[in-house]
Amino acid sequence: MSFPLLTVTAVVPAAGAVITAAVPAARKTAAKYTALLFSLATLVLAIVALVRFDPDGDRYQLTESHAWIKDFGLRYELGVDGIAVTLIALTALLIPFVMLAGWHDADPLEDTNRRWRPTQGFFALILLVEAMVVLSFEATDVFLFYIFFEAMLIPMYFLIGGFGDRAHAGGEEEAARQRSYAAVKFLLYNLAGGLIMLAAVIGLYTVTADQLGTGTFSLQEILAARGAGKLDIATDTERWLFLGFFFAFAVKAPLWPLHTWLPNAMGESTAPVAVLITAVVDKVGTFAMLRFCLQLFPDASKWATPVILVLAVISIIYGALLAVGQRDIKRLIAYASVSHFGFIILGIFAMTSQGQSGATLYMVNHGISTAALMLVAGFLITRRGSRLIADFGGVQKVAPVLAGTFLIGGLATLSLPGLAPFVSEFLVLVGTFSRYPVLGIIATLGIVLAALYVLVLYQRTMTGPVKAGIEGMADLKARELLVVAPLIALLLFLGVYPKPITDIVNPSVHHTLSDVHKTDPKPALEAKK
Amino acid sequence: METLIGLLVAAPLLGAGVLLTGGRRLDRTGHLLGTLLSLLSFVFGAVLFVNMLGKDADQRALHSHLFTWVPVDGFQAQVGFQLDQLSMTFVLLITGVGTLIHVYSIGYMAHDERRRRFFGYLNLFLAAMLLLVLADNYFLLYAGWEGVGLASYLLIGFWQHKPSAATAAKKAFIVNRVGDIGLSVAIMLMFTTFGSFAFADVLPKAQDASATQHATVTGIGFMLLLAACGKSAQVPLQSWLGDAMEGPTPVSALIHAATMVTAGVYLITRSGAIFNAAPDAQTAVVTVGAVTLLFGAIVGCAKDDIKKALAGSTMSQIGYMIMAAGLGPIGYVFAIMHLVTHGFFKAGLFLGAGSVMHGMNDEVDMRRYGGLRKYMPITFITFGLGYLAIIGFPGLSGFFSKDKIIEAAYAKGGTEGWILGSAALLGAAITAFYMTRVMLMTFFGEKRWQPDAEGHEPHPHESPSSMTIPMIILAFGSVFAGALFSLNSRFVHWLEPVTGHSEGDSPVSAGTVTAATMVCLVIGVGIAWLMYGRRSVPAVAPRGSLLTRAARRDLLQDDFNHVVLVRGGEHLTRTLVYLDHSLVDGVVNGTAASVGGLSGRLRKLQNGYVRSYAVSMLGGTAVLVAATLLMRAV
Repeated sequence: MSFPLLTVTAVVPAAGAVITAAVPAARKTAAKYTALLFSLATLVLAIVALVRFDPDGDRYQLTESHAWIKDFGLRYELGVDGIAVTLIALTALLIPFVMLAGWHDADPLEDTNRRWRPTQGFFALILLVEAMVVLSFEATDVFLFYIFFEAMLIPMYFLIGGFGDRAHAGGEEEAARQRSYAAVKFLLYNLAGGLIMLAAVIGLYTVTADQLGTGTFSLQEILAARGAGKLDIATDTERWLFLGFFFAFAVKAPLWPLHTWLPNAMGESTAPVAVLITAVVDKVGTFAMLRFCLQLFPDASKWATPVILVLAVISIIYGALLAVGQRDIKRLIAYASVSHFGFIILGIFAMTSQGQSGATLYMVNHGISTAALMLVAGFLITRRGSRLIADFGGVQKVAPVLAGTFLIGGLATLSLPGLAPFVSEFLVLVGTFSRYPVLGIIATLGIVLAALYVLVLYQRTMTGPVKAGIEGMADLKARELLVVAPLIALLLFLGVYPKPITDIVNPSVHHTLSDVHKTDPKPALEAKK
Repeated sequence: METLIGLLVAAPLLGAGVLLTGGRRLDRTGHLLGTLLSLLSFVFGAVLFVNMLGKDADQRALHSHLFTWVPVDGFQAQVGFQLDQLSMTFVLLITGVGTLIHVYSIGYMAHDERRRRFFGYLNLFLAAMLLLVLADNYFLLYAGWEGVGLASYLLIGFWQHKPSAATAAKKAFIVNRVGDIGLSVAIMLMFTTFGSFAFADVLPKAQDASATQHATVTGIGFMLLLAACGKSAQVPLQSWLGDAMEGPTPVSALIHAATMVTAGVYLITRSGAIFNAAPDAQTAVVTVGAVTLLFGAIVGCAKDDIKKALAGSTMSQIGYMIMAAGLGPIGYVFAIMHLVTHGFFKAGLFLGAGSVMHGMNDEVDMRRYGGLRKYMPITFITFGLGYLAIIGFPGLSGFFSKDKIIEAAYAKGGTEGWILGSAALLGAAITAFYMTRVMLMTFFGEKRWQPDAEGHEPHPHESPSSMTIPMIILAFGSVFAGALFSLNSRFVHWLEPVTGHSEGDSPVSAGTVTAATMVCLVIGVGIAWLMYGRRSVPAVAPRGSLLTRAARRDLLQDDFNHVVLVRGGEHLTRTLVYLDHSLVDGVVNGTAASVGGLSGRLRKLQNGYVRSYAVSMLGGTAVLVAATLLMRAV
């Protein structure tokens, strides 16, 4: 038996969570370093997986397969394709930055009970989320995926509800109330989605049991059976099952009109947790659309495509317009993310090579760019003790490095060429346009709105005369620079040379497209001849 | 030689990187480093130019492929350069004028504590602009296109502590983004039509494609025009250029007069094959050009701010270029020729304006100038030569290049030719008027100087030599470039292999056009002299006619934008914010609650009974799973 690399990549952060949580209350710095160390170890493992992955090899690699509950056909099956292995690397990459950025976010206040260990809890929960997310990317057994997909809600719930933003206009009590509302809303929305998905998962199991004799949750087995003509899901059944899966992923992604939990959750949690939500956890939703919706239900996916594409375009424009209208920095970034998730979903369901490669690249780039923007915003908010845009002004005069990095994060968010998100956004647009020109053009309007919300935010917070409360603001410290500088370097690198990622992703996209029997439209000039 | 093309871009890019991340220790030397790298880029350009001259006219294009930028099935974006006569012309203009303006800025920005950063941005601009004109495909061109937009944004807003500068910068970027939609869609159309967006694939096939895909090729033309309107400040996307004058004056000279704003002309000329195959798009191009050349000229007449008057003029002159480019092969060469001569004289005029401001406590209101010729002789003479060049005084640069455009407009033939030619002639008269006005108000008449806000009396003085030398060099260009280019049709022969050229069939002889232009010039200068030379200029602007008042407000374009777009947009977003909270959120929550029959429980939850809910949810899940599995077992 070969070394179970995928299992270990998930076990390391999980073990890290346990160990971090066990560090005594007085040793909070030790707990932080322990957690950071485990997250770095996970990163090393993720890089090993990335290197060991052969883009031209089998579709699923580094696979592990064990029977789990034989009676129900439950298996412990892991495996990664190019898309999964890339997203695992993204997750593992972001977690250390999230920790460093939130280094002091969970320091206990002076007068708290000594038995309460918020720092240990905060860092342990982050590692726990990482383990769940990594397992969700790895699981090729549908039920196994479902378990981790749901399980990550629990640590996330506590991270949102327990460690909210200390900067709140309404005072400590109001902050706690808003925080708990946001956490409950997050949980309810995602649980509702999860429950519907569970019904569909079980439905899928019954279908396989009926047609194959023994029920199975294994993605590979189902695909093989369908390929061999042994499994043929009735059209109506396939559509219902597809909708069950898609609903859960659309809540998590989030797709308009199921997005309203996101601004609450991102607004009330600390900036690093907000990054965890939008850059890491939400990616599982879009990833699962690619892996489960398209592969398990190719015909139903095509059937639902028109509606999904329209919802995605609405998300793009609506999210951007809402971002323009926000008065709260973090909610603004949250709505910008709604817009960006619209792009990702658009790319997935355009069903072209450019669209899907672009969407996968978009997941990576959005993770990095939102992390850069949101974490700098977090530093800014912590300094001022407010997240209202109106409380800022003239920051560039007193903290030029902070302002500069904030601008670069913003420029990445508005997809400026030279920075990574441009490549993915353009790929999604061109991939959509080649099949749905009108939708492609409407989505392109998003680039103007993105410029608007980013530059208005920058202008109001950073330029103009120095406002009261800003005068003494310190520029970025070494730890903060350590968070931002590598992210910016990555944005620049992937903006100029995305080839390392596209090389891994392209073959997987090719597989997915052949699952749904779609080929790219030919150029009009060639088609004529 | 091919490697040099890459180095041409790399030198200023390196400068930008070093200056912007180098920190305070570079404050003392940063400006010299930036200038040096700009000069180095110019030297590379000059070497390539000499090399190019040594080859036959049709062997001159150089290609250099660096690496694959975006490799995705079907979509292969390359980073590759193409240096032909057209890009060579731009390279020399960009690095040449660019280096002069770097030198000028050493003096102009000497007292600014953020000078290092200023030079970093200038270098960034050079790199992006060179990328724009050297790219061998539209996708890479797009990167340069937005890159210059970024540099322009950073430099307009260089004095960010001034709210007006920050607003102007944002406006410029956003208006340009509207144009960028055009370029994006054009690239997508190229991709879906030709399967590629490289010049070498698209341009040769455009003629071929117009037979079967006529509407698409026309669409590409319109989209490219939209892009050009944004970058080159053409109607209806011109509103940002006047505000862009908030930037330091060297920026106005380099980016908002000589180079970046002419990128639209480059785009249309480069895409000539597409426009040649799409006559409808060409008609749109000439219309935009003709309207803008009058629009800008009228605005230029009414402004009292010297830089805004010059900005109106820039808009108008680019209108000439766009119109010429829209004429097709009869106009491409002259569009570019006017672009180069304009680069000299307009950069010179802006640097002159900067020199005047430098001596007048940064005053920009021409009504507070007057009689400056005695105090700033070098500025006066160089500005005066630029003035003579732009109005088309016989023998100077503008005379040759503008005259050719007017001729080409008539040569278009038919009613269209008459309309365009007459618009261009009228524009020439108005140009003569507003430029004479600027000249008279600034350098002649009595002193109307006023102390500045802090009560300092102005003590006008000539600028240091780091500023005057670039002005003198540009003045030489303003005087001689036109004649040099026109001798033996040298410029036509130079560009012809790339753009193609035809003489057209003019209903009016060249001599008649020149004579008419001269009459217009005399009329324009004469009226200006009657209004501003013979009579003294009031220190406070008179109320003026309806047209004057409208022109002061940029012909109400901003008011329109404000009422329709800004106000409308604000209402839209506010309504949406409200609806998102009350309607979308409410409906989704409500649906979830009623579907689950949980509305009562949901309310309870929001009061904080989370744990009970989580438990009941978990319980429900367990029951559901158990029940289903049990059913299976039975």
